[in-house]
Amino acid sequence: MIVNPITDGIVLDHIKAGRAMELYQVLNLGALQCPVAIIKNADSKKMGRKDIIKIFEVIDLDLDVLGYIDPGITVSIIKNGELVKRHGLELPERVTNVIRCRNPRCITSVEQELPQVFKLTNREKGIYRCIYCDTQAKHSK
Amino acid sequence: MTKSLIDILDLSTGEIDELIETANRIIENPQAYAHKCEGKKLATLFFEPSTRTRLSFEAAMYELGGHVLGFSEAASSSASKGESVSDTVRVVSGYADIIAMRHPKEGAPMVASMKSLVPVINAGDGGHNHPTQTLTDLLTIRRKMGRLDHLTVGLCGDLKFGRTVHSLIGALSRYEGIRFVLISPQELTIPDYIREEVLEDGHQDYVETTDLEAVMPELDILYMTRVQRERFFNEADYIRLKDSYILTREKLDSAKKDMCILHPLPRVNEISVDVDEDSRAGYFDQALYGKYIRMALILKLLGVE
Repeated sequence: MIVNPITDGIVLDHIKAGRAMELYQVLNLGALQCPVAIIKNADSKKMGRKDIIKIFEVIDLDLDVLGYIDPGITVSIIKNGELVKRHGLELPERVTNVIRCRNPRCITSVEQELPQVFKLTNREKGIYRCIYCDTQAKHSK
Repeated sequence: MTKSLIDILDLSTGEIDELIETANRIIENPQAYAHKCEGKKLATLFFEPSTRTRLSFEAAMYELGGHVLGFSEAASSSASKGESVSDTVRVVSGYADIIAMRHPKEGAPMVASMKSLVPVINAGDGGHNHPTQTLTDLLTIRRKMGRLDHLTVGLCGDLKFGRTVHSLIGALSRYEGIRFVLISPQELTIPDYIREEVLEDGHQDYVETTDLEAVMPELDILYMTRVQRERFFNEADYIRLKDSYILTREKLDSAKKDMCILHPLPRVNEISVDVDEDSRAGYFDQALYGKYIRMALILKLLGVE
């Protein structure tokens, strides 16, 4: 199998091994018309094993969602075969409609049109809390 | 966004000091405030029943010369027809100058504050927040003890489900020299997130114990809450433990002479009636102060000098 080098597109590298499919789903990459390559369990000096996603088109990515799922990912934007930008990620201050509040007493459990918003309350421990009821959604580092 | 009060931590300690000072001035001279809110309306939107909190808000507004409108249970509101909190508040904020809301769902007053054109006060959202109770507690402690810092504060009873206890720990943690003595059965200790995020991450001085009598001599404040039968997994544990957390006159023998006993009320049997006559019993004054701090809060949120 040969995955061609990208001329114009995005490479998501240093994804924790086994999590590429989750990212594929969350970022809704299945809806894209361009080629998307998922490489699982690639060798990595730094990580031992890692996953990589190559998107053969420059699209708008929600970096907050990516940062929430795995702040270790690097995002490289490639245009005309050249690396034009590399983003390091970090845990975002807020995520909207990525996590659902599990608290049955939360107002979002009955008023479902409300956006599901979580805020980062402890960066070191990666703890997010629902802005409405403060229920914790512990970030899975 | 209009300034609202949803969580006690929305207020800085400086703002809390200001509210306490205003409440003290009202207590000294209520007549001077009797017309401050003339022409203003408070809407009390109580989606679940409450006696003390609602009456306290209503009395507060009347004593400021204002008017009150609202409902005292969801069945008599449009919520019973399925209207959302957002819609109710959008409509009501056209009729009133300030809103006090109690709702069984956690976060409902926050949703209200995001949509309202007028200030919203959280008057209790499920087991989550009840900031005006905490303001009441802080005013009472300040009046009884003369300070909010350098105090040993005993919190006794159901520390797991008691929202008043959680808010009070959060609020007092911001003052210097506070030591918490957390007294409860093993089944009802404070939730892990309070222990980890407020007490340990904040390097707060605290101890946990099951024995009220052993720690009684250390306490400056004893904040009692009710141990409820339905919180226990089995009846035998409840019967074994329930009397340990009932405050009697005898248990007070070893307490400091100027200790202050607080309780958010309603009391069932966790404080014996004979304690009411003890000069250290502060809980009925606490209920009264609740009205004055709410008057101060209404003035602040309406921007009335």
